[in-house]
Amino acid sequence: MRLLRSRFLQAVLILVLAFVILRFGIRPPAPWSVLTLYLAIIFMAVMVFVSSDRDSWRSFIGPIWTTLVRPERRPLRIALVIVIPLLVGYYAYTQAAAKPQAPPELRAVHPAPPASIQFRNKEFNISGAENPLRKDAAKFREHVSKGGEIYIRNCVYCHGDNLDGKGHFAPGFNPPPANFQDPGTIAMLQEAFLFWRIAKGGPGLPKESTPWNSVMPPWEDRLTEEQIWQVIMYLYDATGQQPRRWEASEHASH
Amino acid sequence: MPRRSCDCGNKRVFREGFPIVTFARRAVWLLVFCGVALTVLAVLPVDAQTAQNAAKEPAYRAFPVFGSRLAVWAVAQLHLNFAAFILGVPIFAVIIEAIGWRTGEARYDWLSHELVKLTFAAFSTTALLGAFLLFLFVGYYPKFWTYMTSIFFPTYWVYALLFFAETFTVYLWYYGWNWLSGSRKWIHVGLGVLSNLFGTAILVVANSWVTFMMSPAGIDESGALKGGVWAAINNYTWMPINIHRLIANIVFGGTICGAYAAFRFLGAQTQEERARYDWMGYIGNFIALSAFIVLPFAGYYLGREIYAFNQTMGITMMGGFMSWLWIIQAILIGVLFLGSNYYLWLGMERIPGSERYRKYVPPMLIILTVGFMIWATPRSMVVTLDEARAMGGTHHPLLGFFGVMSAKNTVVNLMILTTFLSFVLYRRANKIPTKSWVKTGMAIQWAAFAAAAGVVVFYGVYGYFVESIIRIGFSVYQVLAVLAAIVLVMAIDIPMFKGARTTGQIRWGTIAPHSQYVLILLAVTFTWLMGLMGFARSGIRQHWHVYGVLRDSSVDAATPALGYAANVITVVTLAFFALVLFIFWLGGLGERGAAEVHGHAAPVIAGGRDDMRA
Repeated sequence: MRLLRSRFLQAVLILVLAFVILRFGIRPPAPWSVLTLYLAIIFMAVMVFVSSDRDSWRSFIGPIWTTLVRPERRPLRIALVIVIPLLVGYYAYTQAAAKPQAPPELRAVHPAPPASIQFRNKEFNISGAENPLRKDAAKFREHVSKGGEIYIRNCVYCHGDNLDGKGHFAPGFNPPPANFQDPGTIAMLQEAFLFWRIAKGGPGLPKESTPWNSVMPPWEDRLTEEQIWQVIMYLYDATGQQPRRWEASEHASH
Repeated sequence: MPRRSCDCGNKRVFREGFPIVTFARRAVWLLVFCGVALTVLAVLPVDAQTAQNAAKEPAYRAFPVFGSRLAVWAVAQLHLNFAAFILGVPIFAVIIEAIGWRTGEARYDWLSHELVKLTFAAFSTTALLGAFLLFLFVGYYPKFWTYMTSIFFPTYWVYALLFFAETFTVYLWYYGWNWLSGSRKWIHVGLGVLSNLFGTAILVVANSWVTFMMSPAGIDESGALKGGVWAAINNYTWMPINIHRLIANIVFGGTICGAYAAFRFLGAQTQEERARYDWMGYIGNFIALSAFIVLPFAGYYLGREIYAFNQTMGITMMGGFMSWLWIIQAILIGVLFLGSNYYLWLGMERIPGSERYRKYVPPMLIILTVGFMIWATPRSMVVTLDEARAMGGTHHPLLGFFGVMSAKNTVVNLMILTTFLSFVLYRRANKIPTKSWVKTGMAIQWAAFAAAAGVVVFYGVYGYFVESIIRIGFSVYQVLAVLAAIVLVMAIDIPMFKGARTTGQIRWGTIAPHSQYVLILLAVTFTWLMGLMGFARSGIRQHWHVYGVLRDSSVDAATPALGYAANVITVVTLAFFALVLFIFWLGGLGERGAAEVHGHAAPVIAGGRDDMRA
């Protein structure tokens, strides 16, 4: 138990435990980029923990100091001189070695929509636009049903019959098609945003943050305005999500 | 030069005189700047003929080697750093002076003078950088500058006049320190207040230009002013920026003063000097931390207004190509929270009796660390294709919950509460309350903490079950709960510890030296953060000088990549600290010279008494 009171050992145990929990305790596994970020923060916190008072700091550096200077620790020193460079070298190798897949990329969460688009030679304002089909509540089911047909006919191949982005063609794409079941996708967006994405597809994405690597086709030539609104209604209805509403303008005086 | 003396409160304070040559040199610099500014104002095109002539001018000129954008960016950022410092520090300098005046504690007067001395040294540099920036705009972006002038010309005069008023008030405030002491101290404090009012007015005028570029208002389809200039000034982002910058300036000023104190502490030759600068560093950190606690709320207000002005701009900032900046921002703010608390915990070592509170450090550290991790969790992660497939997309089914605002607002509020708890424990470290109602008071305080944390967590979790538009409003309840807890706890704490029994004096100057590097780290981190967030604010205009009105058609119209921007900001931050270090060094040099003449340097001993804490 006396050994456990050593700050150095405590620090090492916390780091090892944190790694084990984060690496093996989260399912599906956390991406390596996030794991590294978490471990860096925990390392910082551990350093704060061991150095936040003098006694603790002395207890932490004691074993390091004795390992570096005490004659009887020479075998350990030699072992560390061999093992540490090997570990660093192995890590460098894993980072630099060519892999059969594309390296990970920074991706933007949502592309910023333009204020307006040209839809079939008509100016269409994205900002503030509402789904006109929702005004007629009596026809809601009819629109959703038609939207479902449109989805099955055109979208299911990539976005999947569960709307989870796992369609037949999905394994061929990187990044994978959008998962509409994820509360971080369509639930965060206004319907007008979806209208823009469906109408203009990958080629209509803004120049910022390129390359987008999107294979989403522009549907404006294949679907009418009404059909696009219908399929949007289906997406929200089938996933149980609510579209984001526009905020009321509070700045009429500006 | 003979030593002059002043009677500040109940202690006698000595201060060196200031060579008239220094005064004259500064006055000359000031006159040069004002002359340049007036010359530029005089030659600006204001009538139709000169406007036509201006139209024949090239829209852009190329700055040699670096390019115009980089030149303007670097100089503007440097100017802003110095301006933030000289506008932020006097705000708390005058408060500290007023405390010294009312309590009769001479060390507060010394500290206030020391702070103003620092800003004074930076005054000319700020003015010169401002003039340089003006030259760059006029010379390299003439079309843009002509347009801005067509909108804001009346404000230039206001700005110049305010600058005169600010300069001479600060001069009088600084040089009249001894003259306006004793019974005339109230006039001196009044001058400090006045200089702050002028300084803040300068800030809001300059902010109107910057915010107009982001969210133009008061103009017609062609971009010309429709009515009065007020409509252009009072645009969507003007007031949020005013508030955000004012608070951020105080934080920034506090961290720089903390870094200055650390610099002096590390180079101190005597225990007395170490004690003085240890105390000054503590005050700097305290000020920075106090203002920093409310800064996220001001930032949130600014973000909301950006969204309200233009949805596209808002998405570009938070969800589009600027979104990764917020992860870097989260990491930097996490470092600031962790660093500030760490400094307080290290500082408790110099307080006898603080051992009672050490047991709180690990749980507080755990809350801060978990909060930091959640805050830094990206919504859309950097993943390989295999990882993405395992997760079912770029959003992790579990960690993805940490990537949205519900989680982030929750943890930042808990981190603020934890930091406040750190401060409360520090404050009472060597005190034992003697009031009869201590138990009740303590119980109410803990209940206030628990209730605030409960409200924050409740709305954080509930936010996942409501639509976005409702969720946004929850952040207000969370903020109000935290602020209410802070107010309530302090309202109980102050009377509860009044006349408390002490467990020993604070041993100023005995703090672990590595704590001073934390102060320097906080200053560097905050400066870097300011540059980074400034890039985000400016960069969301993308290829527009004035958003939606005046397009950027220069060779630099593309928005810089984040890596490039981070490199530029790093170099500018290094340049800023090199200049600041030079100013710090000059400050020390002046004192050494004075010490040779007078036999000793700054005479006021700060600290040493247990009731002398802020």
